[in-house]
This record gives sequence, structure tokens and C-alpha cells, in this order.
Amino acid sequence: MKGSTLPFDGTPEQETKLRQKLNELKSTPGALMPAMQYAQELYGYLPYEVQCIIAEELDVTLSEVYGVATFYSQFSLYPKGKYKIGICLGTACYVNGSQNVYDKLQQLLGITSGECTDDRLFSLDATRCVGCCGMAPVMTVNDDVYGRIKPEDVEAILAKYRERG
Amino acid sequence: MISLKINNIPVYVEEGTTLLEAARSIGIKVPTLCHLKGISELGACRVCVVEVKGMNSLVAACEYPAREGMEVFTNTPRVLNSRKTTIELILSDHRKDCLSCERNTNCELQRLSHKYDCDSHRFAGAQREFVYDDSTDYLIRDNSKCILCRRCIAVCKRQQGVGVIGANERGFATHVACPFDMELAHTPCVGCGQCINVCPTGALQEKEEITRVQEALANPGKYVVVGYAPSVRAALAETFDMPVGTNCQGRINTALRYLGFDKVFDVNCSADFTIMEEAHELVSRIRNGGTLPMFTSCCPGWINHIQKNFPELLPNLSSCKSPQQMFGALIKHVFGKIEGIDPRDLFVVTVMPCTAKKGEKHRTFTDGFADVDAVITTRELSSLCKENGILLNELPDSEPDRPFGEYSGAGMIFGATGGVMEAALRTAVTILEPDARLAPLEFTEVRGLNGVKSAGYTVDGKQIKVAVVNGLNNVNAICEAVKRGESDYQFIEVMTCPGGCVMGGGQPIRATIVKHKAEIAAARANVLYAADKSMYTRRSHNNASLAKIYADHIGEPCGEQAHKLLHTHYQALPKYIKQ
Repeated sequence: MKGSTLPFDGTPEQETKLRQKLNELKSTPGALMPAMQYAQELYGYLPYEVQCIIAEELDVTLSEVYGVATFYSQFSLYPKGKYKIGICLGTACYVNGSQNVYDKLQQLLGITSGECTDDRLFSLDATRCVGCCGMAPVMTVNDDVYGRIKPEDVEAILAKYRERG
Repeated sequence: MISLKINNIPVYVEEGTTLLEAARSIGIKVPTLCHLKGISELGACRVCVVEVKGMNSLVAACEYPAREGMEVFTNTPRVLNSRKTTIELILSDHRKDCLSCERNTNCELQRLSHKYDCDSHRFAGAQREFVYDDSTDYLIRDNSKCILCRRCIAVCKRQQGVGVIGANERGFATHVACPFDMELAHTPCVGCGQCINVCPTGALQEKEEITRVQEALANPGKYVVVGYAPSVRAALAETFDMPVGTNCQGRINTALRYLGFDKVFDVNCSADFTIMEEAHELVSRIRNGGTLPMFTSCCPGWINHIQKNFPELLPNLSSCKSPQQMFGALIKHVFGKIEGIDPRDLFVVTVMPCTAKKGEKHRTFTDGFADVDAVITTRELSSLCKENGILLNELPDSEPDRPFGEYSGAGMIFGATGGVMEAALRTAVTILEPDARLAPLEFTEVRGLNGVKSAGYTVDGKQIKVAVVNGLNNVNAICEAVKRGESDYQFIEVMTCPGGCVMGGGQPIRATIVKHKAEIAAARANVLYAADKSMYTRRSHNNASLAKIYADHIGEPCGEQAHKLLHTHYQALPKYIKQ
């Protein structure tokens, strides 16, 4: 089965809010997209449990919800970590070796683009150009930017954030 | 009316007519691959493109409406070339094991590829990674042959109201699968197999059991007994180039003997047992204030549906096993006793128009023995005959063996929507009506292809209201009404497939079914009603073999032994199973 293997940690408050919103949206045509956008904002991602609630309340099949969730790149089946790592695979970064950095990140974290580590500390996204090609290759962690990065730098950077917890 | 020209020929059509229909009305067939009238009209495959004067791009004829003054061309070099390229692109990552494919010579993609003189290796580019799902007992999805036409998705959702498959992801990664790419076995799929019947290629197939049947036939230690459902005789002939609506039951009996089965029985007979039990159960519920309305329980797709979607209605479900499971139990525990054969040595095979029956075979056990050992579809019986060189069209007729080959006309009509209801009423009304001479024989109000039929009868001064539902999409509203306590029916028949078992997911696949569904359903149902009409015994309780078996081995209908052999109970099941 695709999707996050992390245990679902939604709260009853979140569920109440979601169901309330879905009830408001129910009667409007084309409610599915705004409903899913709201849910993603609320939970940070669209796990199985949340998609089931959306399907149930809007009286659509789970297949339809999942189809939309996997069609649009704005939706994610995986939560984001406390530290969101972005590695730029845009042209300038790529020709300067960002693929090697990306490979190293995947190897060290045991996840691939779009996924999140089991401790929810790190999530990884292969991104397009982040707008500072002069520093290529570029890696970002939340708002911190690391330029001219080499695969051997990655371990120390990750350790720094791990220490912060 | 709108007037337009197609290939310079004037055409007059009603507003709202598509270019596809307009062309067809003057005898021009525009090819289609994804189109499924009334169910899937997406224009996804682009095989039906035509040229319209004044428009830059080609349009999909299947969805483009005819307009006043339009000039349409269906066969310009540009159109033909576009169709050819489209088919070649579809073929580019299609697994081309055509010679050994189940659908060889009966494949819509193959036919079109041939018609447009396509080069199947022209675009030898990237290949997708394919989902192969064989998680259920009844169906295999092999996406390496899927052309993304989405007919299966549309039939599952719009015709059956089930909706367990969809198009996941996008672009080149698009594939048809269950949500979260779950295995089909972990979803509320009911197993009806309607998706197989509309698949233009070999991407969807039943899970074959021919091999196990052949092994049993070759095993001298096994006594192999076969029975076939009513609907099989109404459709098998089609696979041997006989016209739709040919009854071939006599030839089936001969063919099954040629194949080496030790006894050839008829599931019509166990359908009579089902009616005895179901009618008595209904009468008892009506007389003793039991849970009403009572739902029929013959259809395994419906059972799957109610268990997963309406568990609160399980008390409304008849506790009778289906005719297939009753057949197995009767063979292993009554026939075995009569003949002195240990149930261990008996191998019970049924031939069914249905894929869900494959899932049903291990649903019930009696005394530790599975009631049925192998289930093959009408299509598989056809393959088995062909593999063994049995020319069905040249065979002489023969009779089924006794005692489980004797049946009434009531058992015969089980395969058509309304048939179970009519058969049950023939017996139930006879029990309820103090003057049996007043009990009618035919209940024609419940016949026909409407999705929901209802009728009322006055029996012994009381009103009995019944409903007949076919096509699972029609059942949800009735179930909701029963849940709310707003239903005043006493008895409701449900068949998963539109038209009933004659249109089941195990019946012969015909490309023409896309266009002539109602005609095919009516012709097949007519086989059963005509056979019923020609019979002397038309009520289940008048079946002499059945009466003797009750007297010698079972006792009263719905009695203790009957419950052990012929009844079961149902449990609520989760809709989805998250792994």
C-alpha cells in the first residue's frame, strides 16, 4: 500500500474541524479540491484516515479522493518533518552535482523525495530552482540555505539539526 | 433537427447527437476503443477522431455534438494517420504476448491494430512499471495490457456503484488501481466481474481454475461431480458461433460427459432446494413477525456488498446458502451417502456465469468440508471444450444425471433478474394461500430489465409487496430506505449484475455488448423463460426428486438437518483493510 507508514496522529479536535468544514462544502459543486486543500492545511498531509473522512462526508469514493491526491503535486501523502530539506535539482545545481548530494541525503535518511523519516524529524523534497544559482548546488533546511554543498558535507549538517532535536 | 454533411453525404439528426452516432446513422462506423455508451463517454483514447471543416484540430467523434451546417470527414489521410499513430503509441508499452493472451482474436485493440495496419514496434520507448494484482480468488488485473480506457472504472462506479478502482497518479505514471494502490482483496470490491466484460484487452481476467479441474479429472482417486448454473446454457453457444439466445443445455450435458466428469448434474435442481428453504423462511418471517423485508441471498456479489456496506441489514438477509453452495453440500453429504462415497473423495465443480462465485466457493463448509472445490466460468468451460476438441455445435443432446439433475421451471429462471423472486413466489404463495388453486403460476410483473421493479399481491386477504433490484448501483437507495424503516416491502430480490446472472461477469465477452447490451440480456433471459414455459413441473415444491430427498435425508424445509446443510450466517466485514 502506498502512502505514509507512520502511525496516524490526528486529534479529535482536527477531525471535528474537518468534518465541520466538509459539511459546509458538501452542497457546493466541485467541493473535493477545496476540501482536500483544507485538510492538507489542517494535517500537513493527506493520510489514509483523512482521505476516508473526506470520501465519507462528501459521498464520493475513496478512489476519487486518492486519484485527485496523486494527480496534483500540491497534495502530499506524507507528512513534512520538523526540518524540511529541499535539494535543488534545477539545471545549475544539477550540472554542479546536486544529484550526488540528493543520493547521499536519500542514503543517510532512508527516504526519498516526498517522504518523511519515522521520527518525523526530516522530510526530503527534490525541488526545482530555488533562485540562487550562483551558490549551486543548493540545499535548504527550513529557512537555512546551504550553498556549494558537497556530498561529504551532508552528514555534519544533519547532525546539527539532530542535536537540536 | 440538425442538418450536416458527413463525407459530403447529407445527414439529419436530432440535437445532442454525437458525430459518432450521426455517422453510424448513415452506415459509417467510426472506430472506438474507450467509448461505452451511457457509462463512459470520456473521449480518452482519441481513436475516434474525425476532421471538421474549419477546425484546426481533430475532434473525438464519440463526444463531439453534431451542429447545424457542419462538414465532417471521417476518412481523410490526416484522420487515418492520426488513428494509426494513436494505436501505435498505445501499443508501444503494451505487453504484446498476443499469441498466448486469453483475449487473442477477441481483443478490440488487436482488431483495430490489424484494421489500421499498425506497426506494433514503431515506438519502442520507455516502459511503465506495471501493477499486477492477483490478490482475490476471482480476478486478475494485469496492467501491462491496460490501455487506460477507463471503462472498468466507469462500470465499477457508475453501473455498479462500487467504485473501488480509479486512475492513480498522472502523466506516464497514470495507472488504474485501487486507492493507495491497495490490493483488490482489501477493498469493498464485490467480485461481479463487470469490469472484465467491458475490458477491450486482456488486462482483466478471471482467475482461472481450469487447471485444478483438469487435475481432479485426471486423478483416479477423485469422484468428480459437476453442476452448471441456469445462465450457462443461455450463453455458452455464443462462443461456438451459434446465435445469441440459443439454449444448449442438452449439448452441455454431453460435453461435460465427454470431458470426463463422473456425474453431470444441474444447479437448477439446487435452485429448487434454495426456493424450498427461502420460501419457507419468508413464510415463517411473515407469520411469526420476523425481520422484514427479507433480502435474497443467492448472489455472492450482493452478499459481499451488504457485508461491507450495510452490516446493520444482515438480519434482513435470508440465511439460505446460494444454489451453488447448496449444490456442493447436497453432493458431498447426501449424494455421497446415497452412493457410499466419502466426501473426501468427492470433488465438486460448478460452472457459473459469475466471477464472484469463485470467491463464494470457500465461504461455507459443512462438517469440515468446503461445499464446492472449483468454480469455472462459462468462458472457462468454453476454453476447456475447445482445448479438448469438443465441438459443442455438433454434439447430440443428452439429459443430466439423477437425482440432482431433475428440476422445475422455477429453478430454470433463477438466472434472469426477477427469476428468484418469481420462483419463490410460486412456492410461497402456494403455502400462504389456503386454496392452492388460487395461487398464480406466473408473476410477470417482476420480469424485465428495469433496474428496480416492484409489485404487490394479495395473498390470503393480505397484501405482499415485493421489489426486484438488478445492477448494484440501484440497491443502495433501497438499503438506505430499509435502514430508515421506510420500506414497506416484505421481500426484495437483489442481483448484482444488470439483467441478472445471464449478464454475469463470467459470461462470454462480446465487443458488441457495448452497444447491444439490452438485446443480449433479453435474448439470454428469454432462453430461460422459454425453457420454463415448456416444462411440466414449474414449481420447485413439485420437483419429485427434491421431495424424495427431503423425505429420505433432510426432513422438513428449514428444519434441523436443512439448517445444517442448506443455511449459513453472514458477518459484517470492514470496507477497506489498511495494511
